Amino acid sequence: MTSIDLPFPALALVPKTDEKQSAKDFKSDQEVRWCPGCGDYSILSTVQGFMPELGLKKENIVFISGIGCSSRFPYYMNTYGLHSIHGRAPAIATGLAVTRPDLSVWVVTGDGDALSIGGNHLIHALRRNVNLKILLFNNRIYGLTKGQYSPTSETGKITKSTPQGSVDYSFNPVSLALGAEATFVARSVDSDRKHLSEVLRRAAAHEGTALVEILQNCNIFNDGAWEALKDNETGPQNVIRLEDGQPIRFGANGEKVVIRSKNGHIEVADAAAVSESDVIVYDSRTEDPGLAFAISRLSDSHSLTDTAIGVFRDVQRPSYDRLVREQMAEAAAGGPGDLQSLINGKDNWQIG
Amino acid sequence: MTDQVAEKQVIPVDHVIIRFAGDSGDGMQLTGDRFTSETAGLGNDLSTLPDFPAEIRAPAGTLPGVSAFQLQFADHDIMTPGDRPDVLVAMNPAALKSNIGLLKPGGDLIVNTDEFTKRSLEKVGYSGNPLEDDSLSAYNVHPVGLTSMTVEALKEFPLSKKDAERAKNMFALGMLCWLYSRPTDGTRVFLKSKFGKNPDILGANIAALEAGWSFGETTEAFSVRYEVKPAPMKAGTYRNIHGNLALAYGLVAASDRSGLPIFLGTYPITPASDILHELSKLKKFGITTFQAEDEIAGVGAAIGASYGGSLGITTTSGPGVALKSEAIGLAVTLEIPLLIIDVQRGGPSTGLPTKTEQSDLLQAMFGRNGEAPVPIVAPQSPSDCFDAAIEAARIAVQYRTPVFLLSDGYLANGSEPWSIPDVDSLPTFEANFATELNHTNEDGTQEFWPYLRDAETLARPWAIPGTPGLEHRIGGIEKADGRGNISYDPDNHDKMVRLRQAKVDGIAASIAPLAVEDPDGDARVLIIGWGSTYGPIGAACRVARKNGVKVAQAHLRHLNPFPTNTAEVLRSYDRVIVPEMNLGQLALLLRGKFLVDAIGYNQVRGLPFTSDELVGVITNVASSL
Ligand SMILES: Cc1ncc(C[n+]2csc(CCOP(=O)(O)OP(=O)(O)O)c2C)c(N)n1
Ligand code: SF4
Ligand SMILES: [Mg+2]
Repeated sequence: MTSIDLPFPALALVPKTDEKQSAKDFKSDQEVRWCPGCGDYSILSTVQGFMPELGLKKENIVFISGIGCSSRFPYYMNTYGLHSIHGRAPAIATGLAVTRPDLSVWVVTGDGDALSIGGNHLIHALRRNVNLKILLFNNRIYGLTKGQYSPTSETGKITKSTPQGSVDYSFNPVSLALGAEATFVARSVDSDRKHLSEVLRRAAAHEGTALVEILQNCNIFNDGAWEALKDNETGPQNVIRLEDGQPIRFGANGEKVVIRSKNGHIEVADAAAVSESDVIVYDSRTEDPGLAFAISRLSDSHSLTDTAIGVFRDVQRPSYDRLVREQMAEAAAGGPGDLQSLINGKDNWQIG
Repeated sequence: MTDQVAEKQVIPVDHVIIRFAGDSGDGMQLTGDRFTSETAGLGNDLSTLPDFPAEIRAPAGTLPGVSAFQLQFADHDIMTPGDRPDVLVAMNPAALKSNIGLLKPGGDLIVNTDEFTKRSLEKVGYSGNPLEDDSLSAYNVHPVGLTSMTVEALKEFPLSKKDAERAKNMFALGMLCWLYSRPTDGTRVFLKSKFGKNPDILGANIAALEAGWSFGETTEAFSVRYEVKPAPMKAGTYRNIHGNLALAYGLVAASDRSGLPIFLGTYPITPASDILHELSKLKKFGITTFQAEDEIAGVGAAIGASYGGSLGITTTSGPGVALKSEAIGLAVTLEIPLLIIDVQRGGPSTGLPTKTEQSDLLQAMFGRNGEAPVPIVAPQSPSDCFDAAIEAARIAVQYRTPVFLLSDGYLANGSEPWSIPDVDSLPTFEANFATELNHTNEDGTQEFWPYLRDAETLARPWAIPGTPGLEHRIGGIEKADGRGNISYDPDNHDKMVRLRQAKVDGIAASIAPLAVEDPDGDARVLIIGWGSTYGPIGAACRVARKNGVKVAQAHLRHLNPFPTNTAEVLRSYDRVIVPEMNLGQLALLLRGKFLVDAIGYNQVRGLPFTSDELVGVITNVASSL
């Protein structure tokens, strides 16, 4: 294991370990029960492999999930874990993170869990900027309930509950998160261990809510949903890899670029047809979310052409829990409360 | 005050019930509160009942816009704000119309004649002026030009007519303080702190207060004044307190006595929001308040905080409980402490947000999927909300369980004098977080089993994140007994369902037996209630006994589990009456559990019982024996 000297400012209050950890230390004794071939396995293995980098005491790490195949995740991590109810993990994790700054709190959720039943909690966690790292496993289907369409399924999708094709319009989780004032938004892919690890590293370092959408394959109910991005041939054609400080260039031979057109729109262009200086150089730390949003909109929900992965946004805003603690400290500045004088109040009288 | 006036005759009375009624904008709640404060300071026993509209400011002068405040004060201990007022202060025709039916025949009616214009009379459907016909002949009417006299008294102040008129509630207060021989010092101090920054408004309010007092002294409208002597009360320090405030303080006390920081996760709803307002001011007590995006997030965050070692609390009313049900079920199976405070209001659906009801008992008892027992505690008076909150927290912490605290709108907004306890005398209870491995395998290795139970309480260990070596995973899926891993085993599920039930049932071992009040000891009729009906039932029993009817009274603080002697108590009487502000929810439980032929008396009018109606019920049942 290479030890990486990344600062994790968001984890400053979480106790560090002196022990050398490995992926094995993060494997629980529970039998993993996902379908063989499920994308969740690779995510689990990447997360277990990444955790030692944080250098935290294992007992100060907590995974909280909702309900769904993806939400079984905490059982397999040898940390503290809470498998809760459908959609509510961000709310539960908020209560924990606000009261326990000494913990590193991770939420694992699915596209149905986070965006259907739990949509309200997700957007509010994002706008508040609670110190949570949310891993959204997007397989564009309800896995656990055996294959109904989800809020990320493309229009027209034929599933058990949509025999004639879904007439719902789909959410793009990155666009949604950016619209909800998220300070950190990223997208990665289950099978790309290196990329996912890099994104997790950035997420863990971020103070506040980090939303990481992970494109995940459900080989039972929605096999190949992301194939256009993963296939050796089509992948490079479709995937835009966002890298800070780099011009946005993609395609098998870098023949496509992202530019700002004359009318101000963000567009994909033929590299040969534009000058290098017109190519947008990406910077996830830009305060204005406009560019990140525009890039998230390039993706076609059916063909998946022009789908960006990487860190879309990573900006600083004090986390909710920090602000809450500051107010508490301010209130207690004159000394802690005295219960007897509180209940005595000012308007009292003596008898006897 | 002025010495030109001959002293009017002072008549001693043992109790008085006053009702202030006016438009929402007339400041009747404030007037009532101030009168209450002055009365409390004089050492009377008292009890108050605000009765406000659901709308914040319904159109002025309309019936839905009427806001009222009733209080009873006495020279002896009393249990309710009283049934029918002796005095009604009606600030406009709407207030008169909606409240006159309550006034005792022969009672004093003080009306603000200035507001009895043709237009305002028509607005509420009076065809003529009731002050000018004989429709009020049953009452002792005191017509007073409250508005005009206030304006006249304030003419020296640089105020608009509208602003001057606003002070008419202080005029009314001054007049009532004179009439009932109350001081006004506290109100002056109060006005100073409220309007200190605006000397004209402050001066005007004080001037109006004084003008009202002088008017009482000089006018012929009042020929006598009254006096109510202090009530004998146990020695101690007293204050007047509302139920919601007492409840909030009880939570702070629970935190103090358990050493657990409080986390309140909640969403605003009438009549529970004041608890959030109070606690949000008390951050220096280590209290975190979180106004969530909805009720589900409120309880969810509280569960998360409890998981991390805080005392997680959520406050709401009936509609909010409905939203929280699934999460409460999670807390049941996680077996972690959680307090759910339901300040009940009229239902179903939005129902009557500002009115009281006891109709969430069965929701608290059964309103979850699966076998999901939750202990239930109920306060019986405004000040008792303090002790009930501590008791609910004790159960939650000691038994690692969600607990319902069922208050209601009447308790929340009502007030009474409270003998302030010495903090050191309050019960303590400890979290006893788990720190050690607790299971030894056959090969001698040790493990942490999150569902190994305490032999006595059946509570499981509370192992909070950050505790080394106790990392474990739990959730809403059924857990293997002891070890806590996911288990779909049929026998294990059966066992776990029974264990969770047995744990809750076992709480009975830690609660006081049901006490019965029966002064003569030979009553054959028992009247048993729960929650805020304590006052009206108690007052009714006193009257019934004075009338020679023998009746025993018992009141349940714990509704799940019931005290261990409940069956015995119920079986000791020939008749058991259960008055409730619902259609018979406790009666259903008592019948189901104890096979007792409970006689329900049920009203859902959004108002507390009158003791009068309960005297009737008791008398009828007793005479049928
Ligand atoms: C309150 C509630 N409603 C419905 C369900 C049924 N349910 C369980 S998981 C799920 C959808 C899960 O989809 P997703 O979040 O995408 O997770 P995945 O299984 O695909 O990982 C549903 C509808 C439930 N458990 N609880
Ligand atoms: S149903 Fe799909 S998402 Fe669920 S475990 Fe199987 S493959 Fe994975
Ligand atoms: Mg899914």
